[in-house]
Amino acid sequence: MDIHEYQAKKILSDFGVEIPRGGIAYSPENAENKAREIGGSKWVVKAQIHSGARGKAGGIIFCNSALEVAQATDKLLGKKLVTNQTGSEGKIVNRVYIEEATNIRKELYLGLVFDRSSECIMVVASTEGGMSVEEISQEKPESIIRSKIEAAVGMQKFQAREIAFGLGIKPELISRTADAIIGCYRAFSELDATMVEVNPLVISEQEQILALDCKMSFDNNALFRRNQISELRDKTQENVNEVYASDRGLNYVSLDGNIGNIINGAGLAMASMDMIKLAGGEPANFLDVGGGATPEKIVKAFKLILMDKKVKVILVNIFAGINRCDWVAEGIIQALQIIDINMPLVIRLAGTNVEKGNKILKESKINYIEATTLADAANKAVKALKDLTK
Amino acid sequence: MTILIDEKTKIIVQGFTGKIGSFHADEMIKYGSNIVGGVTPGKGGQTHLGLPVFNTVKEAVKNTGASASVLFVPPTFAADSAMEAADAGIKTCVAITDGIPSHDMIKIKRYMRRYSKSEKMTLIGPNCAGVISPGKALLGIMPGHIYKEGNVGIIGRSGTLGYEAAQQLKDLGIGVSTSVGIGGDPINGSSFKDIIEIFEKDKNTEVILMIGEIGGPQEVAAGKFAKENMSKPVVAYIAGLTAPKGRVMGHAGAIVSAYGESAVEKVELLEECGVIISKNPSVMGETIRQVLNGKRN
Repeated sequence: MDIHEYQAKKILSDFGVEIPRGGIAYSPENAENKAREIGGSKWVVKAQIHSGARGKAGGIIFCNSALEVAQATDKLLGKKLVTNQTGSEGKIVNRVYIEEATNIRKELYLGLVFDRSSECIMVVASTEGGMSVEEISQEKPESIIRSKIEAAVGMQKFQAREIAFGLGIKPELISRTADAIIGCYRAFSELDATMVEVNPLVISEQEQILALDCKMSFDNNALFRRNQISELRDKTQENVNEVYASDRGLNYVSLDGNIGNIINGAGLAMASMDMIKLAGGEPANFLDVGGGATPEKIVKAFKLILMDKKVKVILVNIFAGINRCDWVAEGIIQALQIIDINMPLVIRLAGTNVEKGNKILKESKINYIEATTLADAANKAVKALKDLTK
Repeated sequence: MTILIDEKTKIIVQGFTGKIGSFHADEMIKYGSNIVGGVTPGKGGQTHLGLPVFNTVKEAVKNTGASASVLFVPPTFAADSAMEAADAGIKTCVAITDGIPSHDMIKIKRYMRRYSKSEKMTLIGPNCAGVISPGKALLGIMPGHIYKEGNVGIIGRSGTLGYEAAQQLKDLGIGVSTSVGIGGDPINGSSFKDIIEIFEKDKNTEVILMIGEIGGPQEVAAGKFAKENMSKPVVAYIAGLTAPKGRVMGHAGAIVSAYGESAVEKVELLEECGVIISKNPSVMGETIRQVLNGKRN
C-alpha cells in the first residue's frame, strides 16, 4: 500500500527526522491560510498523488505570496496529473501540501528496501539526490553507497555514520545525518514498510538535515497489525476496478489490452497472459480468483471484467485441483444466468473431472468456445477477437 | 528415491483442528502420507481424525517421532509456529499459509541461524502448494492424482501452474520424482537453488523443471548454481512476460523492481547459464520430453 508524501513526512517526523514546516489543504482559501500560518515569504504547493516525478508533470509550484499559493492550489485541485509512473490515465489531485520553501545547499538520495538476495533491509544512499534511483544507477553508479542491515539487531549508529561520511557530509553534521538515517530505518522496520525513499534528503543553507520529499509503501500482508497505516489508504489514487476487486477479495491488475481473463492461481494467470501475448493478443487484466474458484467468486469475476469497457473477449482458464471441473462448470453456468456478457467467451478447463466439466458446459445453453490446452485457449481468444473486427 | 519426504516420513499438522487443516490432513492421509498427529495449542489430549492432538510441537515430536510438519496456521501466528517447529527438531516444515508479513519471514530466517547445518530445519514456503513425492507422500495441498511417479523434479512458485506442468507431463506419460512449491512470497524458506541442489543429489531425478516468475533474484541464482555445480539438465519457464513494472501480480513476490527481474531478462540470464528454456507455458511437458529423449541438451 502506498501513502501520500505528507503522510510519509508526518511518520518520519514522528521518528525524529526533520521536515520543512507544512500543512495539507483542500481548497485555495485553506491553502492561503496555511501559507500564512506557516509564515515566511516563499512556499511550495505540492500536489498529493501516489506518484513520483510530479515536478515534471506540473504538480509542484513555487510561490512568492499567499495569494499565489491560493492560485496554485486552485490550478492543481481536481486536476489529473500524468507522470511517467501513473500510466496514461493519470492520478487525480484531491489535496495539496503547502510547505515553506527550503534553501538547498546539497541534495542527497536515501532509500530503504528489502534486499531479496541477502534477505536483509538494504539502505541505499547517493550524493546525487533529486534524480531517480534508476537514473543514478545508470549515470552515477559510483556515487551509490549500500549498507545491509541485520533486522534482528537493527541499524547501528556506526552504520549510519559510515553512510553519512560516505556521502561527504562535513563532521559537525554527521551525527544529525546519522540520526535522520536511523529515523528512516526505524520507520521502515517498526511499521512493516516495504519501501522508504527520501529523495531528496537535503542539507539546507541553515544546515538542517531535511526530508524534502518522501515516498513510503507498506506490506499489505502486515496491515492487520498496522491500523494507523491502513487508515492512510487513499482509494482515489487507485484504479477504480482494482479497488472494486480488492474490496471483494479478488487479486486484479488492470492492463491495456482487450482480452479479459478469469484464472485461478497467480502463476497460471501470468502464464495465460503470456500465451495471449504470444498468440498476438493483449491481456486486459490479471485476475486470480483463487485456488477454489467458487461460483460466487466467478460471478464477481465476470462483473469485474465487464466493468472494463476495453474488454472485447473473455478467457476463462481454470485448473481444478482439489476443486473439480464439474463444480467449476456449474459455477460458470450459474454466473452466466445472472450476468449477460454479450461477447465471445473462451473456456478452458483442466485437471480433476475435466471431461465431466466440459460435458456439463456443452449440454448447457451457454454460448462459448471450448478450448483444451493453454495454447489452444489463447489462440481461440485471439481468433475470436479478430473475427469481431472482420 | 525422492527428496524431502517419502511414505515413511512421520508428519504432524500444525493448525490441525481448523477447517482448512482438517480438510487437507484428511486428503494427505487418503493419499498415503504418514500423518501421526497434530498440534493446536489448548486442544492437547484430544483426538482428531483418529489422531492425537498436542499442545506444542515439542510434545508432538516427543510422542510421535515426527520429523516433518505442515503448517495451516493463520498469517498472524504463522511465523511463531514455524519457529516452534524449528526449535522442536522438525527437519522439513511446509508452510502453506498465505499472507505472512515479510518482516516476519526475515525474523524466522534469522531465528533459524542458531542451528547448525545438520540440525537446521528446511522450511518450504510460505504461500505454497507444498511437496509431493508421487505414489509415496503428500505434504501440502496438491491434487495427488495429477502426478505420475517418475524422474522429473519440479520446483515452482505457483500452485496451479505447477499442476499444469504435472498434467502436461502425465499426458505425455512422464512422471515426477518430487514436486516442490517454494511459494510466491518475496522472502521464502527455501530458494530455487536450495531445492535444485537437493535434486542434483537424488538418484531418481534425471531432469529438473524450474517454474519461475517475475521478481527477485532466485531463478537466476539457481541458474548460476546449475552452470557451475550440476550434472543434470535444468529446464525453466518464467511467467509474467506481460507484467508491467512495479505492479504486484498476485504473488507478493511477483513484482519487477530492478534489472534482471522481468521475464525477458530472466530468460536471457538463464540461457547464458545453459538452462533450457520452455518457450511458453503450453510446452513445459514437451520440452522435458525432448530433453529426456536426448534431442536437446
